[in-house]
Amino acid sequence: MFYSSIGHYSLILGLCISLILIYFSVKNFKNSTILNTKILSFTFLQFFLVVISFICLIISFVLSDFSNETVFNNSHTTKPLFYKIAGTWGNHEGSLLLWLLVLTLFIFIFFLKTKNQPLKYKLLTLIFQQIIIIGFFLFLIETSNPFNYIYPMPEEGMGLNPILQDPALAIHPPILYLGYVGSSIIFSSALAATYLNIVSNVWASHIKKWIVVSWVFLTLGILLGSIWAYYELGWGGFWFWDPVENVSLMPWLALTTLLHCILVLEKKQVLTSWVIILSISTFTLSMCGTFLVRSGILNSVHTFANDPERGLFILVFLFSLICVSLFIFFFFHKSSQNNLNSFFWLSKETSIIINNWFMMYFLSVVLIGTIYPIFLDVLSSQKISVGPPFYHKLIIPFLIPFLIAMAIGPKLKWIKSNIVDKVYLILLLIISIVLSFLIVKKFDFNLLLNTILVSSALYLFFITLREFFIKKYSNISQNIAHFGFSLLILSILFNNLFSSEIITNLKVGETFTSSKTKIVFKSINQKKEKNYKSIIANFSIENLDGIIDNLSPELRIYNQPNIVTSEADIKTTLLSDKFIVINIVQNQDYFNVRYQVKPFMLWIWLSVILISFGGLISFFKKEYEK
Amino acid sequence: MKNKLLPIFITSIFIIVFIFFYRGLQNTNIYIPEIKINNKIPSFKGNLFDSNEVTNSSNLFNTDKFYLLNIWSSWCVPCRKEHVLLMNLRKNKKLEVIGINYKDTKINAENFLAELGNPYKKIIFDKEGINAIEWGAYGVPESFLIKDGIIIKRYIGPLNKKLTKEIKSIIK
Repeated sequence: MFYSSIGHYSLILGLCISLILIYFSVKNFKNSTILNTKILSFTFLQFFLVVISFICLIISFVLSDFSNETVFNNSHTTKPLFYKIAGTWGNHEGSLLLWLLVLTLFIFIFFLKTKNQPLKYKLLTLIFQQIIIIGFFLFLIETSNPFNYIYPMPEEGMGLNPILQDPALAIHPPILYLGYVGSSIIFSSALAATYLNIVSNVWASHIKKWIVVSWVFLTLGILLGSIWAYYELGWGGFWFWDPVENVSLMPWLALTTLLHCILVLEKKQVLTSWVIILSISTFTLSMCGTFLVRSGILNSVHTFANDPERGLFILVFLFSLICVSLFIFFFFHKSSQNNLNSFFWLSKETSIIINNWFMMYFLSVVLIGTIYPIFLDVLSSQKISVGPPFYHKLIIPFLIPFLIAMAIGPKLKWIKSNIVDKVYLILLLIISIVLSFLIVKKFDFNLLLNTILVSSALYLFFITLREFFIKKYSNISQNIAHFGFSLLILSILFNNLFSSEIITNLKVGETFTSSKTKIVFKSINQKKEKNYKSIIANFSIENLDGIIDNLSPELRIYNQPNIVTSEADIKTTLLSDKFIVINIVQNQDYFNVRYQVKPFMLWIWLSVILISFGGLISFFKKEYEK
Repeated sequence: MKNKLLPIFITSIFIIVFIFFYRGLQNTNIYIPEIKINNKIPSFKGNLFDSNEVTNSSNLFNTDKFYLLNIWSSWCVPCRKEHVLLMNLRKNKKLEVIGINYKDTKINAENFLAELGNPYKKIIFDKEGINAIEWGAYGVPESFLIKDGIIIKRYIGPLNKKLTKEIKSIIK
């Protein structure tokens, strides 16, 4: 009760501070000289209030204060402390509070760190950011207040959905939000810069840091979500093209493109329109994602509650932001004199433009695949869901030229360039083609396409690998990221090409034998934990080469709420994952057993970490390549 | 000229997208239950809450009184608010309130009733939520007003003072 009240009122105070900040900024916009410290302390105060409110919610969760509706709906006394805390942001209301926390944190740091920019620009960024913050304050307080009372107080809570009780998922939302919501500051600052017409190389090098930070967090956040899906959902995959995954991928694609564009702007003062549009669309896509998964318009694992009122609020807010940004873009943006035509065809700029168009293509594929079901539903009341084949068919063919462009592009120089060491480039291309032909030939399916695909990925792999040895670390961050990307594509390809699966029904004591593997269902154990009972099945699996693995998948029967989950047992080695999961078949004494061998799973995770590591290095590096 | 067309074009695209999203929000109900008012009640079997005996639908609605079938659960927050009104309706002699306890645990449900009172003449313990499906319920809470085996009225969501007045006027 007590903490809920504090939390609630500090939210309201936070909203008031937004209004004060906007009032001050607008009033002193014309002659803004003295406000700097005042505004800094107000933004800090606002951040502080949201922190208090967030801490209050955490305390309510830890104390299992069921007079709070959010706690009641998402917690239970028997839940381990770690998940009581993690449960704070594992629900709609709490995660929106986290969203607000990140928004206020970023504007505070922005004011703390931005020193050499014009004060007008800072004030205007503040105003735009505060408009977003006010929107979310209202949204939180009006439609999804995390501090609603229940009276009389229930004795016990509803419990947290067991599939959310996972360490990866406990840190996934905060990390993802730092990227997802962090893009708001790019949005605000791009609008401010456009309005004041200061989109220049100075602005570019200032905002670049923010883009890199958001990008690194967004990449890691998506990775964590993917790891969670792999280990917890037990479907044996890491990416399902589920709407919720797509809505995190879309801002990532836009942000990645922006990251490349901003380099051109920094060097050459061109591509200003690209940069502004991408800055706007990154955040709009994040908002759009929030709308799609929170309104219940699409079904996904992130649909916490189907509440059309919430959906309507975000929808209206989203489109007002789009309108404002379009207005500012069309009326205040003056495109620079030197336009695209002045580019020499073979130069770094051209390759970045090519990269942009590819990225925009991928983005539109994902966007259409995600929102097409809504359009179809409205037009014809048909319910469809767009699955992996759609994305694979449309994306894979374009991945080939994209990978090759990615290999050659970074080797080019600014303005005008010749291709240097042609011999190497061609030699490596031939090596990649031969090598991939030999690899794919062993598994003779779809030879031509797979060979080309693998060889283009290998090509990028070799070129970036060679770069590590010849270039004297002048642009190591880019090279690491591109190397990571080639590794990612290779791992995904090999993972798809070489994985194998056995699905069968087994009783205890039975053995399944195929040409390559022997699965023995040895025994069954039971275990009782604080918040669930579990049935553990013990399998031993023997391969052709006589290696025996013991795997023990679990079925967990959670008590609050009463849900059965399958815990896959996964044995990870450097080269492949062995994955086994069991399911209950109703009214039968046998279990449904699914056994998969998935090569290079570990490398998918590692390569994504490598990609974000590349970004991290560029953040700490002072100067980009000369 | 070209400069003016582009903003208009883009704005109109966004307006169209907005309209589609807005319309999409309106029909988010994925599954629309079949049961309509003025139909006969579905026949079903269920376990009684107190005795665990299996009972038939015909045994539950066998008098010429009005019946209010209320689907509830201890974990359902709106049910708490609605419960007070049910306690009030229970005083009416022409009406019997029957409960379906939806996807709940016995202990939680008993605590709930001990705390807020028990307005129900009989309760069916619907642990799997099967009975609620047979009734074509959207979720909890939901209520059906029944007379002579016919569903007269259906209330999706919690009852409020206005609706209880309506029920009382129908019973008169």
